[in-house]
Amino acid sequence: MEVTLGPITAIPRGEGRSFQIGSAQIAVFRARDGGVFATQAECPHRRGPLADGLLGSGTLICPLHSLKFDLSTGQAVNGDCALKTYPARLSETGQIVIDLQEAP
Amino acid sequence: MTSKQKLVVIGNGMAGARVVEEILARGGREQFEISMFGEEPYGNYNRILLSDVLNGSHEAEDIFLNPLAWYADNGVKLHAGVKVSKILRHAQQVEAEGGIVENYDRLIIATGSLPFLPPMDGLTLPDGSDKPGVFVFRNLEDCRKITAYALGKKRGVVIGGGLLGLEAARGLQNFSLDVHVIQRGNSIMGQQLDDPAAAILKKTLEGLGIVVHTNRDTRAIRGHDQVTGLEFKDGTRLSCDLVVIAAGIKANSGLALRAGLAVERGIVVDNRLCTDDPRIFAVGECVQHRGQVYGLVAPLWEQAKVLAAHLTGADADAAYHGSKVATKLKVMGVEVASMGITEPTEEGDEVVQFTEAKKGTYKKLIIRNGRLVGGILLGDIRKAPYLSQAYERNTPVPEERLSLLFDIGAPSEEASVESMPVEMQVCNCNGVTKGAIMGCVKQGKRSSKSVMEATRAGMGCGACKTLVSQVIAWACGGSTDEDPSANFYVPGVPLTKPELIEAIRALGLKSVSSVFAELAGGKEDPGSKPGLASLLITLWADEYVDERDARFINDRVHANIQKDGTFSVIPQMPGGVTSAAELRRIADVADKYHVPLMKLTGGQRIDLIGLKREDLPNVWRDLNMPSGFAYGKRYRTCKSCVGTDFCRFGLGNSMGLAQQIEARFQGLDAPGKLKLATAGCPRNCSEALVKDVGAVAVEGGKWEIYVGGAAGAHVRKGDLLCAVDTHEAVLQLSGRFLQYYRENARYLERTYAFVPRVGIDKIRAVVVDDSEGIAERLDQSLQRSVDAYQDPWQEADTPATANQFGALLSIVQ
Repeated sequence: MEVTLGPITAIPRGEGRSFQIGSAQIAVFRARDGGVFATQAECPHRRGPLADGLLGSGTLICPLHSLKFDLSTGQAVNGDCALKTYPARLSETGQIVIDLQEAP
Repeated sequence: MTSKQKLVVIGNGMAGARVVEEILARGGREQFEISMFGEEPYGNYNRILLSDVLNGSHEAEDIFLNPLAWYADNGVKLHAGVKVSKILRHAQQVEAEGGIVENYDRLIIATGSLPFLPPMDGLTLPDGSDKPGVFVFRNLEDCRKITAYALGKKRGVVIGGGLLGLEAARGLQNFSLDVHVIQRGNSIMGQQLDDPAAAILKKTLEGLGIVVHTNRDTRAIRGHDQVTGLEFKDGTRLSCDLVVIAAGIKANSGLALRAGLAVERGIVVDNRLCTDDPRIFAVGECVQHRGQVYGLVAPLWEQAKVLAAHLTGADADAAYHGSKVATKLKVMGVEVASMGITEPTEEGDEVVQFTEAKKGTYKKLIIRNGRLVGGILLGDIRKAPYLSQAYERNTPVPEERLSLLFDIGAPSEEASVESMPVEMQVCNCNGVTKGAIMGCVKQGKRSSKSVMEATRAGMGCGACKTLVSQVIAWACGGSTDEDPSANFYVPGVPLTKPELIEAIRALGLKSVSSVFAELAGGKEDPGSKPGLASLLITLWADEYVDERDARFINDRVHANIQKDGTFSVIPQMPGGVTSAAELRRIADVADKYHVPLMKLTGGQRIDLIGLKREDLPNVWRDLNMPSGFAYGKRYRTCKSCVGTDFCRFGLGNSMGLAQQIEARFQGLDAPGKLKLATAGCPRNCSEALVKDVGAVAVEGGKWEIYVGGAAGAHVRKGDLLCAVDTHEAVLQLSGRFLQYYRENARYLERTYAFVPRVGIDKIRAVVVDDSEGIAERLDQSLQRSVDAYQDPWQEADTPATANQFGALLSIVQ
């Protein structure tokens, strides 16, 4: 199921923000190169707010304990855990669209 | 797919197994079908620990490096317990006992060494068979035989007072034997020690119950059907029941010799470890490279790397240039470190020496042209890691020679890595044990950075980084892979800090994204962002282009993130001085925003903890106090005592000075956080001696300035920079020091690491005496940063980014 979250300008370039979608929370990231990513909102390690992490070249660092994730696969680079990722894109009018795959 | 090449390795000792590990680590499993021959009927073990097996401190199974399953898991075919009989070079075949034949495209000989048996009578029985009671000490089977024979015997003698001999002697003590060591020459461990050191060691050993005979050349082993004693060339005799010959080793090169390869003292190889047959390579103790034959483990590891790089094609230019070997060992519990020459050999060689014979301590260094060319440490080897590195890398040593021998005023050395239990936690922030690091190394990570990234060891407070590196180096057997990024300011931009500063200035790069674009090929390494932001602020002050995504979350929202994603807010409170009105206001804020926890901080301020991100702007407005910057790598606070206003001991106005310091340095970005203090008298109630910068009032109207102190994850007393007369001078010199630190420290390098790294003498010369003529420039640069100060909490009314304080956005249709 695709959901439109609103304009990409709600997220500063290179940062992320969490969105409340039904009962679920999803972190959306706006890369400096224009890429958009969406993952679960909390770090599987100690529930750190991933949207507050550092982002660059498709990699995200959790702000709490520096776990590093590959945003395209969700896999942790320096740990055993993985993030749930969601396909995300920008619409022609600059709206964030994510595919929840299943209803939240 | 092309078929794999056949690689055969003769020898499954430390060299053979290591070279295979190195080949696998470079993806060799895809390129080669690997077969190995080992004479011993098991996997590979750590031969260095044989004496521990002999003395009972380790079981044989404890010293295995790779069990048999490892070979199968890695697709390596191992012929264990099979002796190779012939190399057929024309057929490219290796022939072994039991009719086993392996074809090869590439062959590696790693046959190690054999014990050297000095010529003497009575070594064997008249029929040439082994004489009961005579042993060599080279492998696990030797250990087993000695153990079986020693039981119930009275006296054991070791021929050979070198490292191996003393290790064997230590082992024999375990069997309640009366142990003697026979040394042909004047002093024991002649390879590693000079005469005075050998004399001290001899005394120490004798204190442990081992009798050492020097200048005794063995003529014969006595006894008709078993050992009964020794006879020496001077005619004297010594009765004994058991003899271990440990008089040295020789390269085991017979197989190569019979195959017609060039063999001198060992199998002759070139810089690629290639023999005179381009298909055949050799590594380890069986090799002779540039006339040198090595009997230690470190060169073997360097050789294994070079050879693996060649065979796999990972680095066609890899070359072995010989090894400078520093050894560290434990002889009967006595720690010894040795490197290079043991006596000065050239005019002008400088000898630095310390002897405390009573304690068994001896230290001697030989310095040539400011560089270490030889060294012996006995008894106290805490400086060994530093000295070995200075020797191996040929780096200049500090002018103050005393500091080469002793840690003066510095924290005591961490417990020896080797003796540390496997389950011991090395990184206390991320709970990484020594065992976890060892496991990671075993999986093929061989550089400090890769192990730290994989285990997150050293990635917390960072105080353990040195120890973590030591453990990694130890687990790698002393030689980690050089990680080129170790010298970069941040890993994501391949430049050292001076190079990076030069490039940033030359190209006028004022934002983090422009640095990535111009200097890192556009690749944005997220972990490098905060370090770059910090540097750019230092260089450009008000001209810096602040891209918030480059900052850690704390610096995006000017508060400190907590474990549950809430934030802590600490308003500025210069000198720890507050008022009833201010306290009331803070209390009202705490009530209004339901602050779960209020706490007094170590920096004499008040912390409101557990605030929601979206409440931050209102909290700041209601507090109506500037940010205390209790987040981020910046100037934090200046703690003070009461000083002269009320205290009957006060000599200087510490409270006033602290407030002046805060007004000047507030918000200043730096490579690490800065915690300062002022003390009104030398009683130091405000702990100014353990701060990044501390000012202490002393009698005579002076302030002493201390720098590089710490009392957090790391404890260090600051070094005295200078004493000055006025508050203004304190502000000027501490500011100049801070600017020097900002420009020269590595990112996240606290002053407690920076000051000893650069040296307080150098810092004092630059900061106080202006030896480099940069004092004025430093003052100006700092002033520029001071002038650029803005209270970030003003962003309550003028947000820097969209939804800056929005924690959870809802869908906008």
